[in-house]
Amino acid sequence: MSLLKIKNVSKIYGPLKALDGVNLTVENGEWLAIMGPSGSGKSTMMNIIGCMDKPSLGEVILDGVDIAKESDKKLTEIRRDKIGLIFQQFHLINYLTAVENVMVSQYYHSMPDEKEAMEALERVGLADRAKHLPSQLSGGEQQRVCIARALINHPEIVLADEPTGNLDEANENIVIDIFKQLHRQGTTLIVVTHDPEVAEVAQRTVVLEHGRLVKEIINENFEE
Amino acid sequence: MKRQTMFLKMITASLLRRRSRMLVALLAIAVGATILSGLVTIYYDVPRQMGEQFRNYGANMIFTPSGSDKLSTDAINKAKGLIDSNELVGTAPYRYENITVYERPLMAAATDFEGAEKTCPYWRIDGEWPSKNGEALVGKETAETLDLRAGDTVTLVYDLEGQTTAAKPSEKAERNQNSLEFKVTGILDTGGNEEKYIFVSIADMESLTGKSDIFDMTELSVSASQERLSDYAEKISSEVDGLSARLVKRVTQSENTVLSKLQALVLLVTIIVLLLTMICVATTMMAVVTERRKEVGLRKALGASNRSIIFEFMGEGLLLGAIGGLLGSIFGFIFAQAVSINVFNSSIQFHWILIPITILVSVLVTGISCVLPVRSATDVDPALVLKGE
Repeated sequence: MSLLKIKNVSKIYGPLKALDGVNLTVENGEWLAIMGPSGSGKSTMMNIIGCMDKPSLGEVILDGVDIAKESDKKLTEIRRDKIGLIFQQFHLINYLTAVENVMVSQYYHSMPDEKEAMEALERVGLADRAKHLPSQLSGGEQQRVCIARALINHPEIVLADEPTGNLDEANENIVIDIFKQLHRQGTTLIVVTHDPEVAEVAQRTVVLEHGRLVKEIINENFEE
Repeated sequence: MKRQTMFLKMITASLLRRRSRMLVALLAIAVGATILSGLVTIYYDVPRQMGEQFRNYGANMIFTPSGSDKLSTDAINKAKGLIDSNELVGTAPYRYENITVYERPLMAAATDFEGAEKTCPYWRIDGEWPSKNGEALVGKETAETLDLRAGDTVTLVYDLEGQTTAAKPSEKAERNQNSLEFKVTGILDTGGNEEKYIFVSIADMESLTGKSDIFDMTELSVSASQERLSDYAEKISSEVDGLSARLVKRVTQSENTVLSKLQALVLLVTIIVLLLTMICVATTMMAVVTERRKEVGLRKALGASNRSIIFEFMGEGLLLGAIGGLLGSIFGFIFAQAVSINVFNSSIQFHWILIPITILVSVLVTGISCVLPVRSATDVDPALVLKGE
């Protein structure tokens, strides 16, 4: 069974159709890139997949549940249990240390566990920076803390919104390497990006334009 | 790590690592709590302070014989025993007798000068209070009539047969009279009837008249509310035979009026300060929430429920309220002490109970002030964090 099934999804804001009859299926363990120009509907798509918005029309079946029909409270639960979010702006809580930022995600999910949070930071190569505040970390390091936080609760899907948008090339490569590692471990990745180099490393890329899926590219050279 | 530990870690980190913003809120709460605690201290201490001030206006209770008899020492002591000794500022029994000086009929009053000093602190004396037997205080009017000054001597003559009119010198020897010489220690200036009298000690009056243990009235200065004074008067009148206690209404009523107005003023200021504190805290918390909209969005995106968001912001607010309340109860006492020393010229007692009360009120006020800002935090859309705002 597919992990995510989007059927004829539209999102309508007055006269504007942010999404227009989109159909998309994401398999368990797949690495999907979503590309498209500004205003193409990428953010709306992310919000809907991330259970932060509901479609006006259509069905979004995530792990067997139609999230379009669920209440806000239930959507919060699904988001907490099944989705890991990575942001372009990192969005770390500035008065908490790196390890505490990771533990915040545990706190809302189940039980904070410092040892586990430290292991997550170790996986992204930041164990020695665990007690630093975000202001004491570089952009690349902050993004890695953000990744550790997204992974700590073992989500079904990791949703990344322009994860390399604010990084230099060296840090971009580090993040891509972490994604490759996650994919090898069986994590389902959905990455929204402008950057063709980031999209190229994904298993499959879909292109959105004016709210419609206009292209689908399978990466023949995908490295497992 | 337990969830509660993480919760405490998050709210303390928010307060400690965001010092500048939180100091503004803490300052608002601490200032409010200081004024609140200070004013409450003053509110409860004002009756005592003002009571002491009002005692300068003289006695506020009088004992008189309820029948035609005079008052006895036993009756006076029994009545005094019904009044809380901590509230009894002073007692002065009085006995009046007709005497003559240089053949002039005058009125002599016997009293306990130590007690009179306490019940009549407004008496102005040119000279000194009598300190032993054989000394007298002469009212200003009488002193002028007799041309007496402090340091002079005066002989008081008492007619043992009760004759009060001036007798001819030829008749004096035939009449049964007693006389005593007194040293005038001071001239009494009160602006009242006291200026007509010559005051002597009770022992001297007993020697002069040959009659003891009789008094016409007793003046008392009691530091208590009007209600309590009325209760005392009622109790004494009913329990002590031959003695009637009543209040000096011009003193007790004006005391009561001033006190109730002053307390109403303090209460009003306290309520206004509470409201201003609430507005200040609510505004600061609203600014805090607005400033942290992105953080709230992030927390919700990470799966925080509205309840969690409310708990976290309320936790921060209530912790601030508790710290502000603790600081306020300490500074409030210092504030109340300064007011008391400068206005009433006396210090106040520290009431330990005010610490938990101030902290509790401060926490409550902060909690109420946080309701609207915290509610607005739950309205933040988690999608905010994906919009890169």
